[in-house]
Amino acid sequence: MQKVTREQLLNKASELLSNGTVSCVLGWAAGEFDYDVTPKMFNCVEELNAGFVFNDFCGANVSKYLVARAGKCEGKILVFLKPCDTYSFNQLLTEHRFDREKVYAVGIPCEGMADIAKVKAVCGDGISSIDTTGEDMKVTTLYADAPVSVAAADVLAERCINCKSKKHVAYDELMGEEGDVIDSARFDEVARLEAMSPDERFAFWQNELSRCIRCNACRDACPACTCEKCVFDNPNSGVENKSPANSFEEKLFHIIRAFHVAGRCTDCGECSRVCPQNIPLHLLNRKFIKDINEFYGDYQAGAEVGSRAPLVNYTTEDLEPGEVFDRRDNNA
Amino acid sequence: MRKCSLDKIDLVFAQIAKNAALYLPVDQTDGSAAYKKWEEGTVWSGALNTVRSPKDFFFPQTEDLMRFKTEGKNIEIIDTRTEGEDFVVFGVRACDVKSFDILDRVFLSEPVDSFYANRRAHGVIVSLACTRPSETCFCKTFGIDPAEPAGDITAWKTETEIFFRANTEKGEQLLSKIAALTEDSDDAVVKAQKEQIGKIMDKLPLKNVTTDGFGGGKTDELFNRPEWDELSQSCLGCGTCTFVCPTCQCYDIKDFNTGNGVIRYRCWDSCMYSEFTRMAHGNNRLTQKERFRQRFMHKLVYYPENNDGLFSCVGCGRCLAKCPISMNIVKVMKKIGGETK
Repeated sequence: MQKVTREQLLNKASELLSNGTVSCVLGWAAGEFDYDVTPKMFNCVEELNAGFVFNDFCGANVSKYLVARAGKCEGKILVFLKPCDTYSFNQLLTEHRFDREKVYAVGIPCEGMADIAKVKAVCGDGISSIDTTGEDMKVTTLYADAPVSVAAADVLAERCINCKSKKHVAYDELMGEEGDVIDSARFDEVARLEAMSPDERFAFWQNELSRCIRCNACRDACPACTCEKCVFDNPNSGVENKSPANSFEEKLFHIIRAFHVAGRCTDCGECSRVCPQNIPLHLLNRKFIKDINEFYGDYQAGAEVGSRAPLVNYTTEDLEPGEVFDRRDNNA
Repeated sequence: MRKCSLDKIDLVFAQIAKNAALYLPVDQTDGSAAYKKWEEGTVWSGALNTVRSPKDFFFPQTEDLMRFKTEGKNIEIIDTRTEGEDFVVFGVRACDVKSFDILDRVFLSEPVDSFYANRRAHGVIVSLACTRPSETCFCKTFGIDPAEPAGDITAWKTETEIFFRANTEKGEQLLSKIAALTEDSDDAVVKAQKEQIGKIMDKLPLKNVTTDGFGGGKTDELFNRPEWDELSQSCLGCGTCTFVCPTCQCYDIKDFNTGNGVIRYRCWDSCMYSEFTRMAHGNNRLTQKERFRQRFMHKLVYYPENNDGLFSCVGCGRCLAKCPISMNIVKVMKKIGGETK
């Protein structure tokens, strides 16, 4: 259950549309079921009333849509940002990917979003409705006689279990109370992988990445991937590929992508959320974040606009490249 | 009709695997199911369906078509085709079995695709009735009965038994090979199961999705509908829907430079991609709206126009479950076509 309700957001959006602060609203639209939510641009109050939704399944980070949308409608776009979305928002601003003046950002609190796969693992398939308005989720299925109660904590998305911040780092207006940066356990899984032998770690990634169907969903959902023309889509690049030619290329794509977003990835977790094959891609990015933190001191991409990321900055305190050899002996 | 106790299913698998490679859905570490080759100890998944569809068996994501070897000024053309080996795909759902008909019309019409034809000739399909469809299932919209899947053999599974009925000569042959493990049975249990499935079908949330308003000859009427803007507006342009789709059949042919020759291969392509069907003059679908529209117009208008009214969607629901932004063919059909029957 979210602390802020659909009605509150709807009222806020209607108010800002009516008083002319904004001319359109970037939010989430209801689907066929209670969980298949689609990001959508709403142009008027009638559209909002008809389709706007906010519930435990509004995980999609809508920040990236601002790259294509900001400045495309007259006046400002209202965007509702969960705490983690605000980091992407700032990072995109740092990279000059949209015009801040064209956006009115409303920070909204987030209690963590649900993973429908986890709901199905608990309640079974054939979901006919999910009521997220109460403390517990009430799930009705075609195959159970009565609704099943599920604690929100049991079906939280992985990225929300390891939520890094309830604090909004960007907004024009905040709804609800401001939260804090959380000392999460998000690097525990990375540490577990680091502790493996190289062979074990290779086997782990081999198993995960072998499922990749090269649909590019991770890239296309990633707020850090905003190249006008991705090298992997460019026939003249020599590496353009619509499917992996072999198992090496399969891994290459993900590793190159992780390198490309290193220092810019805010750890929003969209890559893993959208992966149709449930590959824990965020772990590649987290490994980079963990390394950057350890090498250069704690750094959170998107925490502030315009910050110099360690990888594109130089200080005399920077560690020497030879460090990698010392670490190699420790498996990391 | 033949039946056997599920206690003996591993013996059945072992018997089939003696003569042909046997593939069946197996649970993966992430909780989803995928077709894997059976070997001693493999456990058949109880999942409703696999993330990747069984079209992979006949139309794999990548395959080499031919090779060129250069030596001095000579180019040798190497035909890499080999006669395939017999294989059995076990546990294919009604929707996916129907998808083979749709692919056949593309790959087996003149000029016949010899790679595909070879695999079709060697493959035996054992289908499986669905007792617990998902809310995302809408096969009925396309006239498919999940209680009566096609294929060379149709199977019905209960808690304790599995029933087989051969539909083709290939199916008869396979059944005869496992005859020692099965026994004759009447169809009372299967009949009861079919009735039960029928009742569930009437409760499915997407039971009223209709193809009315779509079909051959509708291009002019539907192509410029204003709803395409809104429907496509959030599309990320990824290929998830096309790659999990059992009926998407578009591919690209590319040359891989090996240094002293070329491997010409084909791989799946997606109409959602910016470089799809790029031509010498450039790209013919410049916006995501045009690419998005192509996918649904192909399935709901162009394909039926060229194939006696047959739609190229089977209602498996994979795109509903997997689209990162939950936009899919059902939402398109409801918006562009009409709400209900």
